[in-house]
Amino acid sequence: MLKVENLNFQITEDGKTKKIIDDVSFEVADGELLVITGPNGGGKSTLAKLLMGVEKADSGRIFLDGEEITDYDINHRANAGLGFAFQQPPRFKGMTVEKLLSLAAGKQLPTAVCCKLLSNVGLCAKEYINRQVDATLSGGEMKRIEIATAMAKEHKICIYDEPEAGIDLWSFTMLVKQFEKIHKEKKESIIIISHQERIINMADRIMVIKDGKVEKTGQKEEVMQGLFMDNPVCGCMDEESC
Amino acid sequence: MVMDETAKAVLDVINGEEFKEEGAYNVRYNGQALCHGDTEHVKIKKREDGKNGIDVYISGEAKEERLHIPVVVSVSGMTDEVYNDFYVGAGADVTIVAGCGIHNAGCNDSRHDGIHTFHVEKGANVRYEEKHYGEGEGTGERILNPVTKIILEEDAVFTLDTSQIKGVDSTVRKTEVILGKGSKLFVTEKLMTHGEQSAVSNMDVVLKGEDSSAQIISRSVADGKSRQVFHPRAIGENLCHAHIQCDSIIMDHAQVASIPEIDAKHIDAAIIHEAAIGRINNEQLLKLRTFGMTEEEAEAVIIEAFLN
Repeated sequence: MLKVENLNFQITEDGKTKKIIDDVSFEVADGELLVITGPNGGGKSTLAKLLMGVEKADSGRIFLDGEEITDYDINHRANAGLGFAFQQPPRFKGMTVEKLLSLAAGKQLPTAVCCKLLSNVGLCAKEYINRQVDATLSGGEMKRIEIATAMAKEHKICIYDEPEAGIDLWSFTMLVKQFEKIHKEKKESIIIISHQERIINMADRIMVIKDGKVEKTGQKEEVMQGLFMDNPVCGCMDEESC
Repeated sequence: MVMDETAKAVLDVINGEEFKEEGAYNVRYNGQALCHGDTEHVKIKKREDGKNGIDVYISGEAKEERLHIPVVVSVSGMTDEVYNDFYVGAGADVTIVAGCGIHNAGCNDSRHDGIHTFHVEKGANVRYEEKHYGEGEGTGERILNPVTKIILEEDAVFTLDTSQIKGVDSTVRKTEVILGKGSKLFVTEKLMTHGEQSAVSNMDVVLKGEDSSAQIISRSVADGKSRQVFHPRAIGENLCHAHIQCDSIIMDHAQVASIPEIDAKHIDAAIIHEAAIGRINNEQLLKLRTFGMTEEEAEAVIIEAFLN
């Protein structure tokens, strides 16, 4: 179980302090699928980075299965059981897709396993396995490889930051099926940051983050009501007054 | 003369595998030819012009043949200059492995200058692998200054794969290639320097023949206070294609200068160059750390992949 208590994170821009994450607390149970959604710039990706240790929180505490990981750096959190798929994955000149997947798994993966991981995210394994993770790959291809790296290893909890971004509809369907499969097996907890209705529909619980705060949290039936009706920017349905 | 255990270990590093005295080979150790072997299609002869070195004759009948010509210098203060000429017959298909390693345990500089000239006849296919390596606890420098001259006749293909990964304090590399009609050149240069090491690589590729082509890829990593200079130059004198790509990772207080030069002397010469120098991308480090690696481990993985 992941437990987050009173997490805070702020930045200073032009001499002004801005709260990005403001006293956020929540839990994710074993095997649960939590979808974090909310308007752009609300702090979702920053929250994901704070969980993984990519950014360091100013205050608050994070526990994984009762073990406090607040002061752990990224690699210690990874070794404790956290996985992470970046919204904008980096490219690696000279590294093959197969090598990257093996590094993600923490062991040399048989080619057949790498192929399976790639086909699970809608990539034809034969075409990609020996390709370099460099600028010759499109954004959508990079994104799918990124998701495959997160799926290459079993984690206690894995965080996916907008996995749908840049992915075509067919691959997205494959991806949704993968999340459903992982979720059904209950082997790991999943946090997905998403605006996509199909992903939101899979959630056990939904948490809406706005202006760095948890605005709503609960079962999808409670939170979904009105989620796609309100204008998340100004809360106004009247175009003229906007 | 017998090679000692230290030299044998160096030999294994530069050779990439345990060296065996079989097939076609010539081992040079501390300035002398230690042993050599011929095959039906590869004959090695001592030069007769008074210079140190060998003439290697590879017949056009040679198919998928491998020739090993390693050099080991383990005497501190030695300067070894060697001239090796290769005559590759029309239609031959051969791989030449030519590593050079220096073990310097003393306070004087040890140096090896290998001047290699390749005469590659029509339609021959040559792969030339050159690995440079230095080691030893001495304060004397380990210096390697290779000169490689390649003359390609019609439709010949030459793949030059060079790497200098560790322990060479100073290197000045000079490569000159002349391409005939329809011939192709592929160059992959990998270089890593540490500490106060310096490396200079000058390369002149003259695309003389119609429809000749060249691809030059240089990847380097400069760490510590090391310095690197790359100057690949492609000269198009006919209808030809050439692509030069120089990528470098710079670390710590190192210095890298990359100066690709393209010179078209014919209206149908198509030549491209790209050069990039930059530090290790922080996003790459973060990504690998989410796999459970420390920053140092992640850095090593990025460098290894980059140089591969």
